[in-house]
Amino acid sequence: MKISVQREDFDHGLEVRNLYKHAGAGAVASFVGIVRDVRMTLEHYPGMTENALRKIAEQAATRWKVMDCTVIHRYGELAPHDQIVLVAVASAHRGDAFAACEFIMDYLKTQAPFWKKEHRAEGAAWVEARASDDDAAGRWEPPARKAS
Amino acid sequence: MKVKVLFFASLREQLGTAGEEIELPVGVATVAALRGHLARRGGPWEGALAEKKNVRAAVNQDMVKPGAPIRAGDEIAFFPPVTGG
Repeated sequence: MKISVQREDFDHGLEVRNLYKHAGAGAVASFVGIVRDVRMTLEHYPGMTENALRKIAEQAATRWKVMDCTVIHRYGELAPHDQIVLVAVASAHRGDAFAACEFIMDYLKTQAPFWKKEHRAEGAAWVEARASDDDAAGRWEPPARKAS
Repeated sequence: MKVKVLFFASLREQLGTAGEEIELPVGVATVAALRGHLARRGGPWEGALAEKKNVRAAVNQDMVKPGAPIRAGDEIAFFPPVTGG
């Protein structure tokens, strides 16, 4: 498992190819998040960020057959179309790879301590969290038990 | 008891500080109690940490609920809902 919180850019192709080597791996699913058309600064909580990402990845590995995974998240100054985040998961089959990749992204959006500040012509503003992100993470939780 | 308090993102800017070591009075033993204690400083503290504000917390780098206990030497962080990814 590779977890990295870094200022530098990453090579998506290289990171994905690095997951090919696992015996029995038949699928690698990956997701890249990129900056839309606005300059931004990404702040994080050093120490907690890495731990939170590792825990999310470990949780995914308990739910699906994950052979290996890579999570890279950048911080600092980012420009339009820059890469922000990479999640890549290797598994025997595509179903587990797709699901684990989506689960890690959904949990990362609500659990990993990153904050975006957008710099627009009219000034800088912190991005507000979206309820839809909580909904996306919530759908992975087990259904509530019916009262007996 | 003494604890370390940290603030991030918009909260850090509103309060004008990234954090401090603070000696807590007896009875301030949960995250919610600490938040109330800081809010009673008034001014920007009251505004940023008021109950109606959506503020999240972590104790020793683990996201926690407001009722979570705090102990001497803990690192307690307050921050707005996260927006990474």
